[in-house]
Amino acid sequence: MKVIVTVNGRQIEADVPDRTLLVHFLRDVAGLTATNVGCDTTSCGACTVLLDGRSVKSCTVLAAQADGRDVVTVEGLADGSGAMHPVQRAFQAEHGLQCGFCTPGMVMAAVSLLDENPAPTEEEVRSALEGNLCRCTGYHNIVRAVLAAAPAASERRSS
Amino acid sequence: MIPAPFTYKRAWSVDEALELATQDGEDAKFLAGGHSLLPLMKLRLAVPEVLIDIGRLGELSYVRDDDSQILVGALTTHDELARSSLLAGELPLLAHAASRVGDPQIRHRGTIGGSLVHADPAADLPAVVLALDATLVARGPGGSREIGAGEFFQGLFETALQPGELLTEIRIPKPRPAGEWSFQKFTKRAIDWAIVGVVAQGGRVALVNMGQTPVRASAVEQALAAGAGPRDAAAHAADGTSPPSDINGDSGYREHLARVLVARALEESAARA
Repeated sequence: MKVIVTVNGRQIEADVPDRTLLVHFLRDVAGLTATNVGCDTTSCGACTVLLDGRSVKSCTVLAAQADGRDVVTVEGLADGSGAMHPVQRAFQAEHGLQCGFCTPGMVMAAVSLLDENPAPTEEEVRSALEGNLCRCTGYHNIVRAVLAAAPAASERRSS
Repeated sequence: MIPAPFTYKRAWSVDEALELATQDGEDAKFLAGGHSLLPLMKLRLAVPEVLIDIGRLGELSYVRDDDSQILVGALTTHDELARSSLLAGELPLLAHAASRVGDPQIRHRGTIGGSLVHADPAADLPAVVLALDATLVARGPGGSREIGAGEFFQGLFETALQPGELLTEIRIPKPRPAGEWSFQKFTKRAIDWAIVGVVAQGGRVALVNMGQTPVRASAVEQALAAGAGPRDAAAHAADGTSPPSDINGDSGYREHLARVLVARALEESAARA
């Protein structure tokens, strides 16, 4: 079927098999390979992207379900001048990653959280990241990064 | 891992969805958020030839106050239930239980209707609607009918819905008082299904993952009605149940968990009153 998805502000139009998953549409059709396929079973969160502004696991969404909608991947977070998103900067500053495989999904889950809850407590951050697994178990720095990003992320949204 | 090939169709109204379902008969399945169905399709446990996407039927997404009851549209997501200020006041049990389903990403997509028709005995919301004495409204080619939550869940992944029928609304009588409730969910990891779960609202108690369907803990309810305290009533939590044995625990362990969790639920519910 023909699907048109706005990905990071750019309209991507393609004729894809009906069973195409959003994550494969993003990686193979749009050529955006930062979004990883981890578990493929809605558990690990590596494939998390924003669909109409909300975090979703793109391995469990059909491209057809995203037809006509707006998707943001980690490649779309930097602003027009290429400056990284506050959450990305905080992951770098706090060393919120080890191998990096879960990072795109973690960052997108954090962006969605801070959009819904601009000033979360540590406990709220931990519970908001329940759907994202880090096999390096580097959770402490990830939580630190999200807490550190909150004020700047909130400023960016209001500017 | 991708599903077997199928034909995707999109409905823009409930009438259109029912019409499409009549055309394709038993080969078709409705797709709401897809968070129960798509994983099953990847594993080839479900191989529908046609998916009818009802995900854009805004007419099925609402939480409304209707005098003595609350009406919930089947397509309302777990996240919307968890954030509903109406539910926070009138049905805090449902709002809280919805906030404990899966994880944030799953709650953004998964719907109450999808969870109920999937009828997994390990899922949270089937036991919640059972404890709340909800009525489920199904629409089919012949019109609407109401099904009591107690009759809706008929077996493992089996409901009273007929082929071509669509769950459209959940009607929940407002509990009085609304504040006497508890939701207990025992898991190894945060996002897991409950090994055992307990839902209590007033004197009504339902159990998650203690049989082929969600079940009411009738012996506990009878003991409470006869004046037993939480601990004594909870001793009957596993009476009449047939819990599964699996990698997370055998049936004896589940029976023990049920007694412990029912006691906690009844104590928490009483403390809230």
